[in-house]
Amino acid sequence: MSDGSFPVPARVDRWQRSALVAGAAGVLLSLLGAVFDLGHFLRSWLFAHLFWTGVSIGCLSLLMINHLTGGVWGIVIRRLLEAGARTMPVLALLFLPVAIGVTRIYPWAQPGVMAADPVLRMKEPYLNVPFFLVRAVFFFGVWSLLAHLLSRWSAELDRTGSLRVARRLRGASGPGLMLLGLTITFSAVDWAMSLDPHWYSTIYGIIFMVGQALSAMALVIVLLVGFRDESPFTPVVRPPVVHDLGKLLFAFVMLWAYVNLSQFLIIWAGNLPEEIPWYIRRLHGGWRWLAFVILIFHFVLPFLLLLSRDLKRNAPTLARVAGVLFVLRLVDLYWLVAPDLHKGGGLALSWMDVTAPVGVGGIWLYWFARELKVRPLLPQHEPDLEEFLAQPVEGHA
Amino acid sequence: MTRPGLYGLMAEFSDPTEVVAAARKVHEAGYRKIDAFSPYPLEALTEALGLHHSRLPLLVLLGGVTGLVAGYGLEYWASVIEYPMNIGGKPFHSWPAFIPPAFETTILFAALTAVLGMLALNGLPEPYHPVFNVPTFALATKDRFFICIEASDPKFDPDRTWSFLLSLGPRVVSEVEQ
Repeated sequence: MSDGSFPVPARVDRWQRSALVAGAAGVLLSLLGAVFDLGHFLRSWLFAHLFWTGVSIGCLSLLMINHLTGGVWGIVIRRLLEAGARTMPVLALLFLPVAIGVTRIYPWAQPGVMAADPVLRMKEPYLNVPFFLVRAVFFFGVWSLLAHLLSRWSAELDRTGSLRVARRLRGASGPGLMLLGLTITFSAVDWAMSLDPHWYSTIYGIIFMVGQALSAMALVIVLLVGFRDESPFTPVVRPPVVHDLGKLLFAFVMLWAYVNLSQFLIIWAGNLPEEIPWYIRRLHGGWRWLAFVILIFHFVLPFLLLLSRDLKRNAPTLARVAGVLFVLRLVDLYWLVAPDLHKGGGLALSWMDVTAPVGVGGIWLYWFARELKVRPLLPQHEPDLEEFLAQPVEGHA
Repeated sequence: MTRPGLYGLMAEFSDPTEVVAAARKVHEAGYRKIDAFSPYPLEALTEALGLHHSRLPLLVLLGGVTGLVAGYGLEYWASVIEYPMNIGGKPFHSWPAFIPPAFETTILFAALTAVLGMLALNGLPEPYHPVFNVPTFALATKDRFFICIEASDPKFDPDRTWSFLLSLGPRVVSEVEQ
């Protein structure tokens, strides 16, 4: 970059090293697992990949939402979101095991299954391996392009402060969000819903969208509060900004519950043989207890805590709630896809279901830290941010 | 001695930054029966006056909980106790179906509590208020900012409060008639 020097927090370097170690360990252990049980490795890898791709997509959504709506909360976290979105090319590379092992992961990709099932044969024009791979290339292409353009224009805005660039960012974000909505929906259908090729739900894509935005929001809050002692963040991580981020986290928690209940209520009320088994699988045996854990720690407890205004304005406490929610996002995604991944009844957590998310997550965080160091941590030429910084710090806590 | 008929003292400012700084000093000086007036909302002013802890959020929470219990209770009473009917072979106590209406009554009760509670805590409607006796107070809806210290404040003293307000650099300090 040509825009001079800027401070890079020393702890980013430390985090980057630890992330690389954790990532390498996770990937190596998972590859070891692949030697013993290739199918299991592939399915655990898909789960881990779905989760971390979701974090990057969530970063893209929040980034474009803030370009459209404005607000200091989004300017403060913009560089974190951009760095998260720029992990997309790496995630495209990490998709390779899924692309190569597609016939071992998805029932519809196995020729025998397709031929024996008249209903699935009707879905063949969409659910076939070549088209699946073309779509995956398209999704990663669109997401990488969006991440690249938004980052490049944002850097241009830093250098020039030109109003035209700011307008371009806003102008691209509207159509960008529409494109994102469609690609998230289709990728959720392709990668997760088609694990049970008979079952379908029209709200499935939205459940993914909300979950991804919530994952990104939770991670960004944890990181921002972690960086709060670093020079460019100290003056901005103040109660008004923390409060706004807390309110958004609260909104996404409620939205998550809303869309999940919507799907559950309709399928439960309909009670149709082609829909209800999806829930029966997830609400019996060990999965039932997992569902309870998700209900309590992903909704009831965060909801009650985030009702409090004081909690939403207190950075360390909010970061703790966000951290719990981030972990619960992983648990929720597991509950959503794993009953179809590891067939054969009850809840049986394989060690690869742990090493794969750690491996992909370590690489994600490593690349995230690498991208974060490329630019100053706060955007320049943002009138709203400058006005906020000019305001006196509140006297009362 | 405070003379009867004096409601308080009011200082007039022409700049939002000045009024926020002045309000902070008034609060720091220990005055509590204070109010400020601005043509548009100033969040910093509320903070400076130390007013941000309202009882309204608690009332709204209680309203919401009441709505939740009332709504769910009504559904339970109707579907389980008073008019149990077999609908699609579902249990009488079909809690998933009870959630949306219970959610709606929660919002309804909470929203009504918010509006009515706000009016009650503000003391609205209030057809008469002494501050309107200050002739220039009409400018509070245009471009002036006011801080009023009431005579009923324990720290209030007509002379010392007057000079204290003057020391904050207002355009003018006026007496507010009851």
